[in-house]
Amino acid sequence: MLRIMCFLLAILASGITSADVSAVYGFDSRSEEQRYQNLIAELRCPKCQNQNIADSNSPISKDMRNAVYQMMQEGASNDEIVESLVGRFGEFVKYKPDLDSRTFVLWATPAIAVLGGLLVVAGVVVRSRRAGTAAPALSADEQARIEKMLAEKNRNGKA
Amino acid sequence: MKRFLLFLPLLVAIIVGAFLFAGIGKDPTKLDSALVGKPVPVFSLKSLKQPEATLDESLFQGEVTLLNVWGTWCPACRDEHADLMWLAQERKVPIIGLNYKDNRDDALVWLDRLGDPYRTVIYDPKGTLGFDLGVYGAPETFVIDASGVVRYRHVGVVNVEVWEQILLPVITKARGNG
Repeated sequence: MLRIMCFLLAILASGITSADVSAVYGFDSRSEEQRYQNLIAELRCPKCQNQNIADSNSPISKDMRNAVYQMMQEGASNDEIVESLVGRFGEFVKYKPDLDSRTFVLWATPAIAVLGGLLVVAGVVVRSRRAGTAAPALSADEQARIEKMLAEKNRNGKA
Repeated sequence: MKRFLLFLPLLVAIIVGAFLFAGIGKDPTKLDSALVGKPVPVFSLKSLKQPEATLDESLFQGEVTLLNVWGTWCPACRDEHADLMWLAQERKVPIIGLNYKDNRDDALVWLDRLGDPYRTVIYDPKGTLGFDLGVYGAPETFVIDASGVVRYRHVGVVNVEVWEQILLPVITKARGNG
């Protein structure tokens, strides 16, 4: 019982903290609010590294959300907002880094993995096809020999 | 060809292993500053110690300085304070403080009690300069060259080891070029 109580309390407490995350910002339109939500969802918190700034409750995320809102109010485009934060906190804050020489491996890994998998599958298929059309497993000599052996065994069995 | 294929898994394991090995020991919480190579952001803030004085980015002109971001709310800042005192007194390193998201009274009591290693302290209660510098957690220490360009950013406490192995070489280089 105590455990269940603790669990419920924990859930309640987490509800309270995440409610704190969504500070009250006024937006002119629904689409502007959506734009804001999209922006803060794709920006990464530099302090609590595996959260976006929408989820994170850290002071720096709060500042960043605030900056995003301010820039939106000043009429900045999405690219301008993201670039301005990258200029301060580095490429790290983008969950989708640009494709360049450093991030090439990162972006290419899924393609390389799929390609590798396809190669393996193709190899297996080709090999099994080739095995199907190949010459019979036994040469004529061997076939003759095995027939002789079987005949001999039958004869022994009867005797 | 068949023989070679047998070694393929080994080859893949070595490549992936080398790639992963390179990542071992890297602290992912320490990010390179986006400011390195750029001038200190434009700012206009009050001085902590002389509330009537206004400071701006020209503060960093003329000499290689350390910019130390701290606050009384930051336990690690207390840890590094003795080492900053040592740097300022024994090594004569000019250190400029950035009192980040703090309040003046607490900060002044702190300096009074623990000693004051700072030549000047910029008072940034809202964290605006800190935000422009990309500060995401105090303490952080920047090396700034004589023309006011950020050369390096260290995240975490400064101690003798960090000073000798990281900051001193950067400063020596900055002095050489500046």
